[in-house]
Amino acid sequence: MKRLLLCLALLLAAPTALAACGSGDDGDDSRTLTVYSGRAEKLVGPLLADFERRSGIDVKVRYANSAELAATIGEEGDRTPADVFFSQDAGALGAIEPQLAPLPAATLEQVDERYRDPQGRWMGVSGRARVIAYSTKRVKKADLPDSIFAFTDPRWKGRIGFPPPNASFQSFVSAMRLSVGDDRTRQWLQDIKKNEPVLLENNIQTEEAIANGEIDAGFVNHYYVYELQAEHGDDFPVANHFLADGDPGSLVNVAGTGILKTAKHADEAQELVDFLLSPTGQQYFATKTFEYPLVAGVAAPKGLPAIESLHGPEVSLGALGGKLESTLKLLDDVGLGT
Amino acid sequence: MTALRRAPLVAAAVAVAALACLPLVYLVVRGAGAGSEAWSLVLRDRTLALVARTVGLVAVVTTAATAVGVALAWLVVRTDLPGRRVLGVLAALPLVVPSYVIALAFIAAVGPGGASAELGLGGGRWVYGFDGAAAALVLATYPYVFLLTAAALRRLDPSLEEAARSLGRSRWAAFRQVTLPVLRPSIGAGAILVALYTLSDFGVVSLMRFDALTRAVYRQYQSLFDREPAAVLGLVLVALTALVLLVEARLARRGTARRPGRERPVAPVALGSWRWPAAGFVGAVVGVALVLPVAVLAWWVQRGRSDLPALGDVASSAGHSLLAAALAAGFAVLAALPIAALVARRPSASTRLLERCAFASNALPGIVIALALVFFSSRLLTPLYQSLAVLIFAYVVRFLPQALSGTQAALLRVDPQLEQAARGLGAGLLRTFARVTAPLVAPGLLAGATLVFLSTMKELPATLLLRPIGFDTLATDVWDATAVSSYAAAAVPALLLIVLSAPVVWLLQVRPRADREGREPSPAPSSG
Repeated sequence: MKRLLLCLALLLAAPTALAACGSGDDGDDSRTLTVYSGRAEKLVGPLLADFERRSGIDVKVRYANSAELAATIGEEGDRTPADVFFSQDAGALGAIEPQLAPLPAATLEQVDERYRDPQGRWMGVSGRARVIAYSTKRVKKADLPDSIFAFTDPRWKGRIGFPPPNASFQSFVSAMRLSVGDDRTRQWLQDIKKNEPVLLENNIQTEEAIANGEIDAGFVNHYYVYELQAEHGDDFPVANHFLADGDPGSLVNVAGTGILKTAKHADEAQELVDFLLSPTGQQYFATKTFEYPLVAGVAAPKGLPAIESLHGPEVSLGALGGKLESTLKLLDDVGLGT
Repeated sequence: MTALRRAPLVAAAVAVAALACLPLVYLVVRGAGAGSEAWSLVLRDRTLALVARTVGLVAVVTTAATAVGVALAWLVVRTDLPGRRVLGVLAALPLVVPSYVIALAFIAAVGPGGASAELGLGGGRWVYGFDGAAAALVLATYPYVFLLTAAALRRLDPSLEEAARSLGRSRWAAFRQVTLPVLRPSIGAGAILVALYTLSDFGVVSLMRFDALTRAVYRQYQSLFDREPAAVLGLVLVALTALVLLVEARLARRGTARRPGRERPVAPVALGSWRWPAAGFVGAVVGVALVLPVAVLAWWVQRGRSDLPALGDVASSAGHSLLAAALAAGFAVLAALPIAALVARRPSASTRLLERCAFASNALPGIVIALALVFFSSRLLTPLYQSLAVLIFAYVVRFLPQALSGTQAALLRVDPQLEQAARGLGAGLLRTFARVTAPLVAPGLLAGATLVFLSTMKELPATLLLRPIGFDTLATDVWDATAVSSYAAAAVPALLLIVLSAPVVWLLQVRPRADREGREPSPAPSSG
């Protein structure tokens, strides 16, 4: 019986001590950095690990949806533990602009001004295009429409899917609002909903749903299909379809970063941003995640149309952030949010 | 107990009860203070549909799980079912499998891209939605009804049924008119556990993409900048839970006191030509609830595709799970002690109230506790925000009743005269506690701690919302891997969860319990 009590005491004491030790290594002598990453661990985990190795900085990462993290940073305010926000799209970065510190000009000027905040508080580090991913087994390329608006046609009923919690999807909706107006966007969302889309959590899940026959087409970013082909082999039965120039469904967006004004590790944060823009980082995006590098000198992934040849709607990326909150409300209102 | 000792005890008990109620109180305050916009977001047709869907799921799961549980209990305890001893143990074992792992196994087995599709047998979308969610939840929850009903059947005085039979009632009529009414309290208690579990379940409905209230709360939290609608929707969930508890209180009052009949061996009902079909039925339930998940998960691991997680990552998650579970178990028992001691030694209206207060948190779904603590810690406890302490606190609040049930049963068994004798013989307070009280209560405390440990290992929603940065657990690993449709990556932590929990359940269920009477720690619900 005494042993039992001892067990109980140990049960309590050992982990408490452990936890105390665990939190003890937050000491100031080792360099740390806290990143809120709206990009999936599967995609950028290896890149951040590489940065950790090269810089000797201990990187702590909170992974979640970009919009969720933007909302979290907003709610946390000045107390946010985040040093860097690594967002999946420009809209989520724009939504917390007031909390971001201006980046040095030398950093900003490495990428074209189309791909950064006009006031220099955040910048893109890699480019991506919105596409229609489709099943090469069940859909003929010739049958795919040129416009996102055509997917409200009843012949797509029950065959399409997309991820409403995903920031890139949300920015696409914001871009539609900015280019064709709120009424038409709301109408489109309602019509799409009538087509009984499968609502997924994220882009990878959407691609997998196309591959395994759940749906025939999905609204996603261009690079996931290549990443999954690399993983599953070339017979991964999904391909990309680019919509017409100027269509909201062909928005060119960026994944990017911003450093928090309240960052306790601003130097380390700057090091990470520099690393993402370095040839190593840009090369990683081009070869591992199949995105467009945004710094000159690194070649785009093979087999992709040049980023200059892609023309999305006439929408500035800097305008997306201001629309995010109302876009989320709109999605929720239409019944695509929850 | 001297007055000197009572004051700190009462203070401690009141403090614990107050802390346990904190999340609920805070949520109510936030909800009440929420702007009319948040309320109008919630008070709309879609929310009504949400509530209707949730209630529908609870009704179907509760009915089906009760039917399965009672049928299994009767077959295993009262008939000549072949292999009934083994089947009896196996039928309780799905308790080890977190419900979302059963759901994951369903999807990985027959979902799109699952094992049956890989084998060319096709797989379908049908697993998603109501059907899949209901099926997984039934299999995850029927053991509650099964265990309670089987225990009641074993305690049943067979002479009642025999009397009815000798008076000319058919076997069915005798069961319906005599046995069933006596079993009703146990079946009812099991059904309530199932209903509460289903209401608070987050993992299954999320994986199965079924929009129940818990999932909607999480989605609102995720997808709106304004987090107050999530809090308000959480309160709707709390209201539904309160409704279930009201039903429980009703049932408990109506329940007839069990006659302390005599337990004696009773001739098993001969099933005749139904023997094998019946065994097949029991086997099928156990097969789908227990064997299928393990087999499917093992199949995915063995397929060993490129997406198997790194060993180091899984080990670190397992370490986190064990650490969190051990801390939660220890603190929950510590927190339960003062309340249990008061209720055991000074039963009165006010101590009962304290106990009720501590139990109230049990009915709070994990997602609601988590949400309340996110708000609370980010605004009022900023130094602790995103720390392990808040996560452990959430676990303790959520699982305090499980610790209480064990602790209380243990303390009831300590005769105060023993302590007085020790004091009279000159032993000090501490010495009396260490030499007399502690040894007597230790098994009960351990039982309580074990329950909390198990529940914490499985817990998903609070862990998702409150985990410190980098604090991945086995449960969150399963979640993250499923989010990217990676069955192989989800299978490893899921199997590990089962493997690590199984010995603990064995300790709890199979180890002979010397003291059967008194209040046994009930298998309290803890959904993932």
